[in-house]
Amino acid sequence: MSEPAQQPVQQKIVKKEKPSSPWRDGWRSFKKNKIALAGAIIVFGFVLIAIFADFLMPYGHNDQQLIDRFQPPSSEHWFGTDDFGRDVLSRVILGARISLMVGFTAVIGSVIIGSILGVIAAYYGRWVDTLISRIFDIMLAFPSILLAIAIVAILGPDLQNALIAIAIVNVPNFGRLIRSKVLSVKEEEYITAARAIGMSDFRILIHHIIPNSITPIIVQGTLAIATAIVEVAALSFLGLGAQSPDVDWGKMLDDSKAYLVDAPWTMIFPGLAIMLTVLGFNLMGDGLRDAMDPKMKN
Amino acid sequence: MTAYIIRRILMLIPVLFGVSLLVFSIIYLIPGNPAQVILGQRATTEAIAEVERQLGLDQPFYIQYFSYIGDLLTGDLGTSIKTKTAISEEIWPYLAATMELTLVAMVIAIFVGVNAGIISAWFHNSWFDYIAMILALIGVSMPVFWLGLMEQYVFAVRLDWLPSTGRYDPSTVIDSITNFYLIDTLIQGEFGKFKNLLSHIILPGAALATIPMAIIARMTRSTMLEVMKSDFIRTARAKGLNNIWVVYKHSLRNAVIPVLTVVGLQTGLLLGGAILTETIFGWPGIGRYIYDAIQARDYPVIQSGILIIATIFVIINLIVDLLYAAIDPRIKYK
Repeated sequence: MSEPAQQPVQQKIVKKEKPSSPWRDGWRSFKKNKIALAGAIIVFGFVLIAIFADFLMPYGHNDQQLIDRFQPPSSEHWFGTDDFGRDVLSRVILGARISLMVGFTAVIGSVIIGSILGVIAAYYGRWVDTLISRIFDIMLAFPSILLAIAIVAILGPDLQNALIAIAIVNVPNFGRLIRSKVLSVKEEEYITAARAIGMSDFRILIHHIIPNSITPIIVQGTLAIATAIVEVAALSFLGLGAQSPDVDWGKMLDDSKAYLVDAPWTMIFPGLAIMLTVLGFNLMGDGLRDAMDPKMKN
Repeated sequence: MTAYIIRRILMLIPVLFGVSLLVFSIIYLIPGNPAQVILGQRATTEAIAEVERQLGLDQPFYIQYFSYIGDLLTGDLGTSIKTKTAISEEIWPYLAATMELTLVAMVIAIFVGVNAGIISAWFHNSWFDYIAMILALIGVSMPVFWLGLMEQYVFAVRLDWLPSTGRYDPSTVIDSITNFYLIDTLIQGEFGKFKNLLSHIILPGAALATIPMAIIARMTRSTMLEVMKSDFIRTARAKGLNNIWVVYKHSLRNAVIPVLTVVGLQTGLLLGGAILTETIFGWPGIGRYIYDAIQARDYPVIQSGILIIATIFVIINLIVDLLYAAIDPRIKYK
């Protein structure tokens, strides 16, 4: 075979084999997992609903038509109406925005605080580590929803305080995760090398340790959003989260309790929305864990 | 083993101290004057001073904390602002009601979860397996408070099979011995009342059981799939033991550890979930007790209720850890 004929074949091989990276391998493996993809599609769907809620809502979420109260699902009101004649579909759609925003924000808050504490504990060790680890142990001694209830009982019932409570409750989970990851990363040779060339602790943390600890956080974070959404809904359901006229799926369920006999649709649809969102995040989180951290796979 | 038990119990002491400190601090963390918050805006100065004295807010923090710890060690949980009764006296029936509900939920979760997991593993990739695992996935994602409402709607409102709220019919009189009414009525031979109690506990018990049941089913299935491939199962089959015997005697013993893990991890969820379940089903448990106290701003009750649940949670986790070590001797050397 002549030289010029061989060249295109070689080029083709080079083009096909992209350099391997944990992210690319993870994505490839995630794409193959159909259940995880289904989860991602559900989550993406709800994110779109949350973003375009204003365009998707057929009625204003607080538009009251008392003459139309307790209308069962129909072509005019797909999910029926509630005790004030408000359109349940519009409220479920707006509820998606609030629930997702609260879930995301709470988890981002706990990731940031947990990461800072976890990194400090692992990097500085000794009494700092002991102190922070004991605080985590104490916080984990409470069932999470109970601790959240205690925090809201202190701060006062509203959606913002519910968000703060859920963020605080999740801090030890991320703190412990990051602490153990940093403990293993900081023993790596490249960290010793970075220190040898005179890099500051802060630069080492930002440039080496945090980027190398990010994978488990993403996995844990996705699963934590599911839990956060349920916990915020639970607080609202107990009257400790969203207050009228705010719309939140948990608050809608709380309001529906009194009308189970007359208007079960006011209870069915918000609950279904919570379940689907949580299912989506759980499936996606499981898929991400299997794809990005095979060791954690059961 | 003894050294391990002692070490594990010693580790508990700082955690319990921390828990008590956190719970005690609740009253100090309330923005503004706690006595004013408790009594509302219209409270008189005398009433506020009285509540401050009652809660010890007129003393320095550390003196109050040590006095609180001293009281706790003698079993004094304080006095309810709402009922003016010693909390240690009134809390037990609520606690027993929650424990009864939680135990029933755990029994349902383990019985259904383990069996569904085994059958799914045995008939791997069959329709039963698929349906069971889809249901398990949905079960894990189902908020307990929504499931409770759905159960009420279907089984109490539509089908009228089971009562929707309460622990027993208001017309029934239960002579309490242990406050675990199911046991009490059985001891007394009151089977009619037992049936009545059972009909009331099924819906909240099933709601509370759903998430742990789903997790147990998934974990049992994956463990059983591993175990069933192992040599000793093949040997047991080769010896001519029939299938059911092989599964339940030989492989299930190996599935105990994951189930135990779930039981340990889920107890907190169950105790937390009890607050929601009890609110929906009007179950007179400790969750309901705390919920009512939050509505009434009865902070001593909120503190004691949370402290009791956290302590139970910590102790159950200790027991689970010790059981691990007892079942699998490798664990304590880690």
